[in-house]
Amino acid sequence: MFSELDLRFIALLLLSFVLGACATGKDRIVLLPNKDGSSSALTLKTSKGETVLDKPYSAANVAESGAITPLEQNAESVKTNYGNVLSAQPERPVSYMLYFISGTDELTPESKVMLQQVKAELKARAAPEITAIGHTDTVGKDANNDNLSKERATTMKNVLVAYGVSGEHFTVAGRGERELLVQTADGVDEPKNRRVEINVR
Amino acid sequence: MLAIKRENWIISLIMLFAMFSVNALAGTGMVKSVKGDVTIKREGKTLNAKAGSLLQVSDTIVTGPDSTVGITLEDGTLLSAGPNSSLALNKFMFDSTTNKGALDATLKHGTLAVVSGKLSKTSPDAVTYRTPTTILGVRGTEFVIETESKDK
Repeated sequence: MFSELDLRFIALLLLSFVLGACATGKDRIVLLPNKDGSSSALTLKTSKGETVLDKPYSAANVAESGAITPLEQNAESVKTNYGNVLSAQPERPVSYMLYFISGTDELTPESKVMLQQVKAELKARAAPEITAIGHTDTVGKDANNDNLSKERATTMKNVLVAYGVSGEHFTVAGRGERELLVQTADGVDEPKNRRVEINVR
Repeated sequence: MLAIKRENWIISLIMLFAMFSVNALAGTGMVKSVKGDVTIKREGKTLNAKAGSLLQVSDTIVTGPDSTVGITLEDGTLLSAGPNSSLALNKFMFDSTTNKGALDATLKHGTLAVVSGKLSKTSPDAVTYRTPTTILGVRGTEFVIETESKDK
């Protein structure tokens, strides 16, 4: 049915499939500067060795064999080579702090202004996942503060959702006076502790 | 009497921990943006990805030609994949109370840009990105990987 030549050819074909399936790739890896300016590092490990990249734009080429060689990269080349994947990065997580008038779920005048910015930014986000965590100062009973902190967070959610921010992945929580921003004795009217922290990612 | 009390106490503690763990380890990640043809391979099925799609551990995200995807994981890690890419989410655990956990992902093919989240600060030794050739360890980092691997 098959000549010897055919069989050899088929064997060769099969072998190349097997090799193809085992073959590892050729990689390029580039460390980018952190947006916040903090230092960072990447450790690369292959069957042939280990390399650390710890300077912005330091880069490495990894051959199929696992051999690691340095690679020249800079802001320009990264933009050219990886502009499409970098432009697809989601927006960075952001936190906002809003402050309240003593004993109420009403925002301070400054935070009312801030809320306008928060509204606009949250509404503009694609598929936002939001948490609002309410807090109180140490004035009043613990149980009342638990309720008040939750009320503050819930009010913020209601205001934002009414404005058109998606409520689908929006959770609220109240922590009472357990997580003070400014440590105080009990019964202290500290404006910085009467707050709702809004986190979005 | 004392022994029973102690046992009850331990059982309560375990139950409390179990409840807490379920709450704290709820989610994995979400697709934030899709351009072109992006699918999620899950348990032998292929699902279309769109903004708002929730991800699970063991998902593989696949992009077509001229396509990109943006993903945010629960710890704030930002992932984006370029055209013709295949990214497997092997492992993800994140406790939103302690900010600890683990992340393991493989770029089988294509390009991946990463902005590390809380895990790379609290559990750096438990954060790993892979290509078929290379294993990457991460320290509070932004980076990009490209692999021309043949085994998709």
